[in-house]
Amino acid sequence: MNEMRLKFLSRSENETFARNCVAAFALPLEPSLDELSDVKTAVSEAVTNCIVHGYAGGEGWIEIVCKTEGDRLEIEIADEGRGIPDVAEALAPFFTTLADEERSGMGFTIMQTFMTDFSVLSEEGKGTRVKMGKTFGKRAGHAR
Amino acid sequence: MTLQSNREGNALYLYLSGELDEHSVSAIRGQADRLIEENAGLSRAVFNLAGVKFMDSTGIGFLFGRYKKLKSFGMDMYLENPDASADKILALSGVYTLMPKL
Repeated sequence: MNEMRLKFLSRSENETFARNCVAAFALPLEPSLDELSDVKTAVSEAVTNCIVHGYAGGEGWIEIVCKTEGDRLEIEIADEGRGIPDVAEALAPFFTTLADEERSGMGFTIMQTFMTDFSVLSEEGKGTRVKMGKTFGKRAGHAR
Repeated sequence: MTLQSNREGNALYLYLSGELDEHSVSAIRGQADRLIEENAGLSRAVFNLAGVKFMDSTGIGFLFGRYKKLKSFGMDMYLENPDASADKILALSGVYTLMPKL
């Protein structure tokens, strides 16, 4: 079992840093390149949500906690921003509150598809916490 | 993220290179739109993604935005050479039904 915590400001230039940090932390689990790419994409989606929706372009803290155990990586990504009024609605593919800004509405769908499990807790005015996990080597043909 | 372009016959080719996310997209959106406006008489635009090393749903939103702009000029949009991970989110998002992969 291993654990790391990362806290950084909600600036878009920190997206590359955040997803590469998580990927680097997961490396000892020997994920395949595809699995690592899935993790980076899912982290990027969650961090983008914190920046664009949680803090709506303003500045605040984003915290990532990662744990590994066996073949499993768990990631929590949290902000203390606006929160989501209706989580079920936000989870629907193509739903976006920012259609004018060329948002695809696919962020949560990508997180759900690319990770083994996924959940989101949010309270209006208090923030949003995404929890997701991935068990590596689950698919056939995975080379160790 | 960088954007290069060239014109061949009736097509505008746009070569994207780097990581396509929230931070980088804002740097090339205006440039892409200017290129489209300058080439508005052509029949199609082809986005070559061979140099894209990372893409998330912000990249999908960027492509949808350019698709709408091209359509307003009566131009078709195509994608070519996405890597395996870009291909996965493009297929998941249904992008290829609007902008086919060559």
